[in-house]
Amino acid sequence: MIHNVGPIGAWIEPNSRLLDLGCGDGTLLRKLIDDYQVQGYGLEINPDAINLCIQKGLNVIEQDLNGGLENFPDNSFESVLMSQTLQALRYPHLVLDEMLRIGNRCIVTFPNFGHWQTRSFLMLRGRMPVTKQLAYQWYDTPNIHLFTYKDFEALCSERCIKILERTFVGSQFLGLNSLCPSLFAKTAVYHLTK
Amino acid sequence: MSLDSSSPDNFLNACASQTAVIDKPLDLVCGATLPSHSLVFEAYGTLNKAHSNAILICHALSGDHHAAGINADGKVGWWDHYIGPGKAIDTTKFFVVCPNNIGSCFGSTGPTSTDPETGQAYGHNFPSIQVRDWVESQKYLMDHLRIDCWAAVIGGSLGGMQAMCWSLAYPEKLQHAVVIAAAMKLSAQNIAFNEIARRAIKSDVEFKNGHYLDYQTTPKQGLALARMIGHLTYLSDDALGRKFGRLVNNGDLDTTGKTLGEFEVASYLNYQGDKFSQKFDASSYILITQMLDHFDLAKDYNGNAAEAFSHAQCQFLVVSFSSDWRFSPLCSEQITDSLINAGKAVSYIKIESDQGHDAFLLPNARYQKAVGLYLSRVSSKLEEIAL
Repeated sequence: MIHNVGPIGAWIEPNSRLLDLGCGDGTLLRKLIDDYQVQGYGLEINPDAINLCIQKGLNVIEQDLNGGLENFPDNSFESVLMSQTLQALRYPHLVLDEMLRIGNRCIVTFPNFGHWQTRSFLMLRGRMPVTKQLAYQWYDTPNIHLFTYKDFEALCSERCIKILERTFVGSQFLGLNSLCPSLFAKTAVYHLTK
Repeated sequence: MSLDSSSPDNFLNACASQTAVIDKPLDLVCGATLPSHSLVFEAYGTLNKAHSNAILICHALSGDHHAAGINADGKVGWWDHYIGPGKAIDTTKFFVVCPNNIGSCFGSTGPTSTDPETGQAYGHNFPSIQVRDWVESQKYLMDHLRIDCWAAVIGGSLGGMQAMCWSLAYPEKLQHAVVIAAAMKLSAQNIAFNEIARRAIKSDVEFKNGHYLDYQTTPKQGLALARMIGHLTYLSDDALGRKFGRLVNNGDLDTTGKTLGEFEVASYLNYQGDKFSQKFDASSYILITQMLDHFDLAKDYNGNAAEAFSHAQCQFLVVSFSSDWRFSPLCSEQITDSLINAGKAVSYIKIESDQGHDAFLLPNARYQKAVGLYLSRVSSKLEEIAL
């Protein structure tokens, strides 16, 4: 998880309308509202997480992303954000299309499955990786689509999604993170448009 | 305006029902005017010094002013699960007011009251009323209680319609609206159910074309039937099945022998109908169901709900129940979407329940917790301002 706003901050226009898909307990959304005065709405389905959002005074809407987003008009938000949720969706590519329909700009973050730790877990142990970031057993995990940042970029090019900027969060050691993100990026962060 | 019992400062802690006599004329949407009217209400908790912690509870079709606690008749309030010390609507933090609304039949001015012009009961001549009229009358009560702004207006079903109507009629007079199991307008199916209920009442020979009060009778059979139809639609198939299944009064269906026993579900519905027909007025039922049918939040705004809500200034909590098919989650989602499109602060929760529309009145851990958390934030904000 991104605990500070990090690179996303530069992509958020102050006082704009922001839709956060899968906002969880609302920590990030709260911070974006406090720091950038955005008019923010979060979508979430977990009742406990929704309660935490209510306690934080956030606008939280109970809605299943897998059920579609047709209720949101075209271009009704400046930014649509989805943090660490894409891998848990039934049809990630369709939700990406919907995000780009609703918002002028989209921000997507996801775990890079190509990270050396997951690779070595699979290679050396021959078992599906269970890491801090992907902390579930294969049979009981919300993360039903595992992919690397290269897979994601291939999808973007296939669907004519423009990558405005990208950044990686991971090991800072010797700048390995940016030198070889394929192996060293734990989390990939993208700024997208149509 | 006057209170029939105590001075305004004495009733703030009281729980017993009181009557506010509003001596000002109330101009109704239909064009008629009530020269004066009475509102029976109950109040719980203590109004703070700033008069900022008041919550208005809006009752639904058959509700009354006895929302919480146990009254003199030993009856528990209709929303006692949610209103009280330490409950979701916490009376140690809020001053909670629940009036019986005009046109109803529990003590406030309605069809059974005397028309000052004729000296006779209004009966079926009571003017037609709309949700907006209830809000206007509640506004008089608000002034009467010297409350400048509600901390929240809360209601389920028709009560939720009143909360939404408040947000548009007096945007600066409420900080929060909690809209539970409501809709911006009724569906054709909903209107149809209400029409069947009205027809049931009007078909009763005791209805006497609306003159039943003159004949000192009541169309009890019609009212009971109306209630049975209504009550059934407020429940879900699953909840009925779980509660009654195919049980018969005398035990199992297969062991009843030659005489066919009465199904439990039948005796339950008959009991509900009969109980209701003894306490509710036929004209009130017709008036209030018509009021439901004609409610249309966006009507005055070119049918555009987002445009309507653009006039609201309060924050909203919208709640629906998964098995509610009279005011389905979709209705609440349309409210929520319109509020988002209008750029208003809104949270929406869909509570898993098999209790149908009635779920809004019944205990439910998640529902209680979410409403409680929402309102505890409201009360913390009030305390912050007070400091």
